[in-house]
Amino acid sequence: MMQADGLVLRLSPSSSSRSSPWHWVWLLSRDSGAVLGSIILVLMTILGLVGPYLTGWDVLKVDPMNRLLPPSGSHWLGTDGFGRDMLTRVLYGARISLLVGLATMIGSTVLGTAVGLIAGYFKSIDGFIMRVMDGFMAFPSILLAIAIMASLGPRTENVIAALTVVYLPRIARLVRGQVLVVRQLLYVEAAHALGAGSWRILLLHTLPNCVSPLIVQGSFTFAFAVISEASLSYLGTGVPPELPTWGNMLHEGVPLMAAAWWMSVFPGIAIAVTVLGLNQLGDGLRDSLDPRIQER
Amino acid sequence: MGTQILRRLVALVPVLVVVGIVVFLLVHVAPGDPAAVMAGNEATPERIAQLRHDMGLDRPVWEQFVSWVSDVAHGDLGESFFLNQPVSESLVQRMEPTGLLTLYALLFSIIIGLPAGIIAALKRNSWIDRLTMVTALGGVCIPSFWLGILLILSFAVWLRVLPAAGYVSFLQDPLENFRYLLMPAFSLGLQSAALLARVVRSSMLEVLHEDYVRTARAKGLRDRVVLVRHALPNAMIPALTVIGNSLGTLLGGAVVTEQVFNTPGVGRLVVVSVLRRDFPVIQGAVLTIAVVYVLVNLAVDIAYAFADPRIREQNR
Repeated sequence: MMQADGLVLRLSPSSSSRSSPWHWVWLLSRDSGAVLGSIILVLMTILGLVGPYLTGWDVLKVDPMNRLLPPSGSHWLGTDGFGRDMLTRVLYGARISLLVGLATMIGSTVLGTAVGLIAGYFKSIDGFIMRVMDGFMAFPSILLAIAIMASLGPRTENVIAALTVVYLPRIARLVRGQVLVVRQLLYVEAAHALGAGSWRILLLHTLPNCVSPLIVQGSFTFAFAVISEASLSYLGTGVPPELPTWGNMLHEGVPLMAAAWWMSVFPGIAIAVTVLGLNQLGDGLRDSLDPRIQER
Repeated sequence: MGTQILRRLVALVPVLVVVGIVVFLLVHVAPGDPAAVMAGNEATPERIAQLRHDMGLDRPVWEQFVSWVSDVAHGDLGESFFLNQPVSESLVQRMEPTGLLTLYALLFSIIIGLPAGIIAALKRNSWIDRLTMVTALGGVCIPSFWLGILLILSFAVWLRVLPAAGYVSFLQDPLENFRYLLMPAFSLGLQSAALLARVVRSSMLEVLHEDYVRTARAKGLRDRVVLVRHALPNAMIPALTVIGNSLGTLLGGAVVTEQVFNTPGVGRLVVVSVLRRDFPVIQGAVLTIAVVYVLVNLAVDIAYAFADPRIREQNR
């Protein structure tokens, strides 16, 4: 899923028509996977925001008389071990998953881009920065996330921080690679000759060339973050256990599996559908933004 | 080739230094006092202070780092807060399940992914190609731990044909051992199988359009010979990269899978230790897995260099 590393950058700075958002929307609308992915994500967001209020049940209200009810007309997805409505909880879970995914994507993209730009442009510290990044990438990603969570403790902000640390080096490596190519190009040399300073060249002339691979990578990072958050929470090392997230629901559901299969099945479907949407969008973005593929 | 390997070994040094610093810092950025955790809830302040002194926590951080590194270099990973045994010992006891789980998962992913990708490419756009690619897409999107849960639900709770959880040592009974690892390894390996199938399919499609394949066909070679002798070897090179990468992913994923299936491996030890904040075990296990991961990646790189004639020639 790291195909974005292989993206070829556009060799000229983006012309205004190609970089306009509408051009991208148009390109994407021709890709059925991207359309499907976008629809899934928009639906998930709306369901997560509005859905919990439409089911007629409360996310947190405990109802011991109605615990472990199978799916029925009044509880479409059944109830959990405390008698809470599973549908309401699964819908609510979208909020935290999407929030953690989005925040991780933004955090690792912003910080990773900054690190990558600096490493790629300033040769004196490039070696040092990239060795540190290599060190972080020497851990299997989920293990590093677990280790950081062990240290910071189970809170939502900490999950975002841990996952940002895990994905930041990959973004940094991607951006640095782009910078190394771009800085050789004639127009950067020209800007330099015209007296542009390092920061101006970095931000105005180099950064725009990183945008398309970053967008593609961003959707995959988002997908990884959703799966990782669910895994961490399932293990009991993620968001606080009282929050209704998909991972926490699976954590509660698995011991009750023999009595209530619905607790172990529906939250997983929600994760898989969300990840499907993100991956489809990512594949679509890659195919539409990568000029190499368009030419075929 | 020798200098190439040597250069890669030297490049490992800074990586291992960073790994060491990160693992060491895990304890030191943690809120709360490890000594208080170890002493338990009913400890007196004097007892905690005594423990802190015994554990060296009252010394400057850099001093603690130096002594930790020299301990680790001598194979001493410290003592668990809870297990009453040295960390290195508890790790060694739990390596067999983790190693076998990773290995079986890798084998599954190759056995499933490789033929699936090849067949999909040969029968491009047929129903079998579509079915393979849809399954592969599912394999990429379904979290492996949830697939494990579904397998337990189907084969242990409903059909009752496989054990839901637990482990039997390979040395004790290899067949029973395999029965216990079948579902964990399958759920762990499916994602890698899916990635592999996708990569093999696209690299096969690329190779099948190359001139030399057309030449081979034109000179009248049978399809099977063209496939086995001309197309496959070249299509396998990207597959090798994926297989190599997935070995690392699987090692990390085993941590979660072991929790699902209650497999008594290193990963489960990590999770249990995180929940009770047993820092020496967390540090030792994370360090060990990271070092194994780095060495595995090194081995893959070297194997890759041997397999690709273009790289082999360069290094002569």
